[in-house]
Amino acid sequence: MVRVAAHNIISPLGCTSQENFDKVVAGQSGIALRKKGELSDTDFQAALLNMEVLKDKISGIANAEAYTKLEQLCILSLNEVLDGVDVKSERTGFIFSTTKGNITEITNNPHAVDALLATTANKIANYFGFKSSPQVISNACISGLAAFVIGRRYIDAGKYDNVIILGADILSKFIVSGFQSFQSLSPEPCKPFDANRDGLTLGEGVASVVLSKADNTNKACVEVVSGAISNDANHISGPSRTGEGLYRAITRTVGANEEVDCICAHGTATPYNDDMESHAISRAGYETIPVSGLKGYFGHTLGAAGVIESIISILAMQNNVVIGTKGTVEQGVVAPVNVTKENIQKPVNGLLKLMSGFGGCNAAVYFKKHGE
Amino acid sequence: MVAMLLFILKSMENNQIIKEVSIEHGKVLINQSEFFTGETSDLGPFLKSLYKQLNLKYNKYFKMDHLSKLGFLASEVLLLNEGIANETDEVAIILANASSSLHTDVKYQESIADIPSPSVFVYTLPNIVIGEISIRNKFYGEHMFFVQPSYNKEELLDYTTCLFNSTPCKYAIVGWVEVNRNGDYSAKLMLCQNKK
Repeated sequence: MVRVAAHNIISPLGCTSQENFDKVVAGQSGIALRKKGELSDTDFQAALLNMEVLKDKISGIANAEAYTKLEQLCILSLNEVLDGVDVKSERTGFIFSTTKGNITEITNNPHAVDALLATTANKIANYFGFKSSPQVISNACISGLAAFVIGRRYIDAGKYDNVIILGADILSKFIVSGFQSFQSLSPEPCKPFDANRDGLTLGEGVASVVLSKADNTNKACVEVVSGAISNDANHISGPSRTGEGLYRAITRTVGANEEVDCICAHGTATPYNDDMESHAISRAGYETIPVSGLKGYFGHTLGAAGVIESIISILAMQNNVVIGTKGTVEQGVVAPVNVTKENIQKPVNGLLKLMSGFGGCNAAVYFKKHGE
Repeated sequence: MVAMLLFILKSMENNQIIKEVSIEHGKVLINQSEFFTGETSDLGPFLKSLYKQLNLKYNKYFKMDHLSKLGFLASEVLLLNEGIANETDEVAIILANASSSLHTDVKYQESIADIPSPSVFVYTLPNIVIGEISIRNKFYGEHMFFVQPSYNKEELLDYTTCLFNSTPCKYAIVGWVEVNRNGDYSAKLMLCQNKK
């Protein structure tokens, strides 16, 4: 079996997983109104990292100025999870998930080498001395969760004993203007699954996870039981109206005898995405299962989202809590689902994590808690 | 080391390459034999001539960026006469390249100062080409877009074998679809069959 051995989140809410989790449980959000400037020609809502807070830590990176902001953040996050992992073994794999990496590098130089995602991954891998070559996943908003699916498969097949997952995206005018051009940014902090939801809020974050092969199921841990990736085969920028792809990902992920106690949805708070998810969830027979959405705390952190939200979900399982969906006042999606507004204290032994993205892609992962 | 070797040996068993398509320098090869040569090797006009050669009538094609057009046409050639059923979860798509969507990223970056275009922005993700192939064939199955420093065929076949061993996939479209910032291009696709 494959277990989650270590994890870290760097977000506007904090620099450790625990700090992030505690703030989420306390109902705090990293989203704030940002004045127009470098990232946008108009004021906009976003969950932005505060680089001032991280200054001391960054100065601790050897030769820090050789790395971009994104790479520095990645190094800081990986630093927190690699204790006891033999990175110099060929049995340790490294997966880097991102949508746009160092895209700001092309602003002044369209041929900048640092804009290549494999260059970024190699710089980070070389910093730590990874022996196996990094694998970069760039599959839109499912990238982070897809890394769990792929990492689990590699360990299951015997290719690796450990897989390091790193998800990272920071905001740039490139990304912000793109979502603005789609008119998909909400003027207020996003309201997932709400009747009055009117778009998403972007966020920044970096997160790391170590997946490890485990033989001993008696030890307390969270297992990555299964996962699947699917396509809507319907539209490149709009989700399926019927939730077809996500429904298929769910049914290929959750085995007939598995119990789902909670679903951590994608919940971007765009009208179409949340309706699509409600269809997929209710078609799968989970109308009454509590659904959480975490975008109200972190915003949509793109390639990092699947990693950040999975880590919060894992901590929620270990703390026996279903996290309330910040921003939801009155549920308003087309199909019957049970969106959780406030935290609920209850055992969560099986959790289903969902993500969807441009290109019609969907991913699902089923996590299970063992021992106490 | 022994475990790695065992993994590689195990990997060879189920995964069989049944067809290969290569598109480079204005030439399309099927299993190393010439299928089509364009009058010019320049990306835009070459893609246009290949589209015509294939006798396609597919309106969605004209909205695609160069990366998607290249991957789409390569997949059309790969699936030609193979009789693979549509409307299925059983065909996986595993693609990779070095430049991600940078050819379109640069185009979008230039548009930001004027009016950023959503129809360009959507193509600033490399996996959109997988979406286009999926829509065309109604493939609902497994897929992934990897970015590699250069074409690492073994790594992609390794992953495909993992898929064949652990999912109901019967076929996979696997390979390289690259358009760099200068418009240099290369597509190398394999049709793999699960012999499990």
